[in-house]
Amino acid sequence: MSAATPVPAPGAVPQLHPQPGPGPCDGDERIARLIRRQGCQGDGLIEVLHQVQEIHGYLPKPALLQVARALRLPLSRVYGVASFYHLFRLQAPATHRCAVCLGTACFVRGGGRLAAGLQRRLGLALNQTRDDGAWALEQLSCIGACGQAPVLVLDGVLFSAPLVDQPKALDRWLTSLGLPAGVETR
Amino acid sequence: MVALPPCERPRLRCCAASGCRSAGAGPLLAALRAAAAAGDISAGASAAPEPLEVRSVGCLRLCGEGPLLAWDGPEGTRLFGGLTPAAAAALVAQVRGVAPIPLAADPALAGHQLDLEQPFFRLQRPLVLEGCGIVDPECIEDALAHGSYAQLRRVLHELSPEQVREQVRRSGLRGRGGGGYPTGLKWDTVALQPPGRRYVVCNADEGDPGAFMDRSVLEGDPHRLLEGMAIAAYAVGADHGYLYVRAEYPLAIERLRLALQQARQQGLLGSSIAGTAFALELEVRVGAGAYVCGEETALLHSIQGQRGIPRTRPPYPAQAGLWGAPTLINNVETLAAVPVILRQGGDWYAAIGSEGSRGTKVFSLSGAIRHTGLVEVPMGTSLRTVVETMGGGDPDGGAVKAVQTGGPSGGCIPAALFDTPVDFESLLALGSMMGSGGMVVMGQGTAMPEVARHFMAFSVNESCGKCVPCRAGTVQLLALLDRFVAQRATAADLEALEALCTMVKATSLCGLGQAAPNPVLSTLRHFRQEYIAALGPGS
Repeated sequence: MSAATPVPAPGAVPQLHPQPGPGPCDGDERIARLIRRQGCQGDGLIEVLHQVQEIHGYLPKPALLQVARALRLPLSRVYGVASFYHLFRLQAPATHRCAVCLGTACFVRGGGRLAAGLQRRLGLALNQTRDDGAWALEQLSCIGACGQAPVLVLDGVLFSAPLVDQPKALDRWLTSLGLPAGVETR
Repeated sequence: MVALPPCERPRLRCCAASGCRSAGAGPLLAALRAAAAAGDISAGASAAPEPLEVRSVGCLRLCGEGPLLAWDGPEGTRLFGGLTPAAAAALVAQVRGVAPIPLAADPALAGHQLDLEQPFFRLQRPLVLEGCGIVDPECIEDALAHGSYAQLRRVLHELSPEQVREQVRRSGLRGRGGGGYPTGLKWDTVALQPPGRRYVVCNADEGDPGAFMDRSVLEGDPHRLLEGMAIAAYAVGADHGYLYVRAEYPLAIERLRLALQQARQQGLLGSSIAGTAFALELEVRVGAGAYVCGEETALLHSIQGQRGIPRTRPPYPAQAGLWGAPTLINNVETLAAVPVILRQGGDWYAAIGSEGSRGTKVFSLSGAIRHTGLVEVPMGTSLRTVVETMGGGDPDGGAVKAVQTGGPSGGCIPAALFDTPVDFESLLALGSMMGSGGMVVMGQGTAMPEVARHFMAFSVNESCGKCVPCRAGTVQLLALLDRFVAQRATAADLEALEALCTMVKATSLCGLGQAAPNPVLSTLRHFRQEYIAALGPGS
């Protein structure tokens, strides 16, 4: 896990800030409502966390506290679940996310080379976020699009990567997708 | 099924499942509907043609050529692949018979028609996927018209739970999630527990990389699954159930939720189903990205809102599962096979397949292969038939090196052993396993120590951390495999690799750890020379 700094760059897409302590936090009422809808049952914890993450983009600490109180669960249990599952984020996500699939079919069809190209380009290791919070490079293990392998998911949109065997052509293609040139371009 | 008998009124079926969606099925479907509607209006003045039906359906099998489009008409079915929205108008004109040029000469469609007589389609035996690609998965009326829920109704009115289990026992059906446990026996175990509450759970946490069979059922024919699950609930005496779906399948979740809502509205779920005393509530539970939740005890914890950590068995979930109650857990494909078993009878089903492995199995073919997609074949079909005849072998004309079955719990089978029939026992004997049905084909360029390391990295990432052999052992195995990939391993490393594999396999708590060494062991067994060649100088 990387240390993402939740400071948005000027002009970047506005991000939701964690609000430590009580305050006019927009999420509070929404979270209370969704927990009520869930029936305040402890076994609905995962579903509740999914919905909280949908609101905030991640699971801020105050929200975890609120969930624990409302479901009458120890915070350790809520945090334990939140940190166990890969899809829950405990830090604010980057503005742009590029996820490369390294499932078996993608691996056989050159997903490793695609991942290496992306790492070079973004100047990031897999599962790392840039210090300015603008880009994150993530790794997936199979999203079932094996027919299009190798694939990458850019800000939620799936692309089938052609030409992984030709570094220059691959680079041009990545540029056309809007991926910034990394530290080692040229 | 993809090819349908000739029909008078032409109709288009466009695959709108995840694979084809990512290849552009959405815009194509919209363009086809627009072209069909425009044709209705413009021709309205003169000939007033029948409105052209453009149906959105589930998987049409040949995923690698997507988006796929089937055109049914008086001459049977024609299949097209890779059409863009720009070709929609030309295709609709062909369907309506108003195109200025014949189909074969149409530049917009040339090269897009796929041969439905090729072995990939011809050798399929669709039972579980019977309705997939035909029914509109978002329309229960369509599913009902194709026979969905007919067996549930019949069973509730005519058969006792014991008679239902009898048919399933006779069918010889075994769990399709990978374990291969006899389904009838599992149902009996749950049914014969002391009186009290019971649950039924569908395991739709299809996590093996390279496996997309269950997703295709969920996205393509969800009502078949719900029917199978309701029949299972009746047979074991459950009135509550859960479908646990991985969060990575948003479209499947959406369609499943819609299907549940429609089934409730039609009185096929809820209280007094089909006018009988039988009641069943089903809920969808969404995972959160943990492969280990495919293991049944971890899955049960996750449904209860806890960390997905396995526990020791016994007691088995059939004895003590959700909230301590007897719980039947079956995989998607297993439950989807139930309606056809009851329709045709257990003996009919048992006559398909091979000794010990009855019926059909769905496989997802991917990797270095010409035809990527979904195939359903009788058990006992040879690997050669599936990979080479149906899959078309290596896309560049080279020789296939191996096929990987069973995902991170399975192994690699070399091309020399492709005459092996695909059934539970034969694959186990080769050091692999049936698994859930993913088959990833590997070409000559794929190095086996790298494949082993790939899977081990997956297992390290997905180990839940509860037991030491899996948590620490997989990390050590990965470090050893790194040395082989970097070509600086020693003979002692090879020895340590084998010893550690045996230890992790023997002492891990759950299936994830017990099977994690399989990719290493199977590549060591069939491709040992590649490990020897990776030994560094001086060893």
